[in-house]
Formats: sequence, C-alpha cells, structure tokens
Amino acid sequence: MIWILDFTMLLFLVVCAIAAISIKDLLSAVIILSAYSLVMAIVWVEMQSVDVGFTEAAVGAGITTVLFIATLARTEGRSED
Amino acid sequence: MSEIFEFIAAEYNYWIYVTLMMIGFYAMIAKKNLIKKVIGANIFQTAIFLFYISLAEVEGGTAPILMHGHDGAHAAHEVIYVNPLPHVLILTAIVVSVSTTAVALALIIKIYQVYGSIEEDVILAYRKQLAPEFSEHARQKQEGEQ
Repeated sequence: MIWILDFTMLLFLVVCAIAAISIKDLLSAVIILSAYSLVMAIVWVEMQSVDVGFTEAAVGAGITTVLFIATLARTEGRSED
Repeated sequence: MSEIFEFIAAEYNYWIYVTLMMIGFYAMIAKKNLIKKVIGANIFQTAIFLFYISLAEVEGGTAPILMHGHDGAHAAHEVIYVNPLPHVLILTAIVVSVSTTAVALALIIKIYQVYGSIEEDVILAYRKQLAPEFSEHARQKQEGEQ
C-alpha cells in the first residue's frame, strides 16, 4: 500500500462526507455522495479487496445515485439545512 | 509520547472510519431534511464497510485469487493473501445497503405525496394541525382534564 496516496484519498473522503451533509442543494449533495462512493471503491481496490471495490463502484456510485436522482425528480430539490 | 503518535499514525484507517461514522450519525440525527438523513445513513454504512475491509488487511498481502494452483501442491502457499472472509460479509452488506436505501427513498416519495414536504418539522406541524386529537400532547392534556 502506498500510504501517502491512501492517506490523501481518506482525507478526500472526510471532506466529501462533510460537504455532502452540509450543502443545501440536494442534487449537488447526491453527486458529491456519488464521488465519495467512487473514491471509497478506489480505496478498497487499493487495499486488495477487488470484488468489494467493483461492487461498490457499480452499486454504490451507480444504482444509489440513480435512485436518489429519481427521488429528487419527484420531490423538492432544496433543503432547509 | 512518540509511541502514542506512532500508534495513531499506524492505525489511521480506523481514525478515518470513526470520523466518517460520526459524520453520518450526526446527519441522521440533526438534519431535518429526510433525504439528508438517508445520505447520512449511506455514509454511516460505508464507514462500517471501511472498518471491515481494514480488518482484512494483511501486510504485503495480495488479492485473494489462487495463483498457478493448477499443477500440484507446491504453488498455493508461496503467496500471502489478505483475509477474504470480511470481503464476503461486506459484499452481502452492500446489497442490503442499496435495498434499504431504495425502500427509504420510496417511503420519502409517498410522504411527499401526502404532506407536500420532505422537511421533518413541516411534516410534524402539518400533522398536528391536520389531526390534533392524534398528537401526544393533546392526548395527555385530555387525560389530565378527566
């Protein structure tokens, strides 16, 4: 494991998580969550668990984002907090 | 003192996992928007997955795929593998996570169709206005009067 790359990606995860829960526009929050899932998948592939990484990239970054956007299309796009 | 710092630096995966888990937990509790709550739940689940994958890590280990094991007994124990058991657990948990997210979002769509909002305080105020006899406070007041 290349520790400096790993550490950068983990810090990016924390920044993405804080941004996803504090931003007011819900579509932006969902896209940031998608980026979070993709970086998490890269971290897992880099930790030698390739099967989990592939599943997370397909399911976490793909299907979950589609479900969230489909929900946002039927409800409001703004959040009060 | 340097031993403590070394311990913290060596286990940084676990510190990040705890931080992410607390961020998700805060979003689930403190955010009023229902979609923000689901996003928080997703972050919480992913943090726990990160914990399990960090548990499976073996120093110098490679992906748990059998290498040149087709021609006899000598090949399989030349390579160090990471522990594949937590990977299998998390593979199942990812599928469970996406199904719980789908159910939560379906419930949010139904709530929006009934109440016209996805903010928790607006929904609660509307409920109280719509049917005050069902609210807990009104029921207690009625019992006090009797």
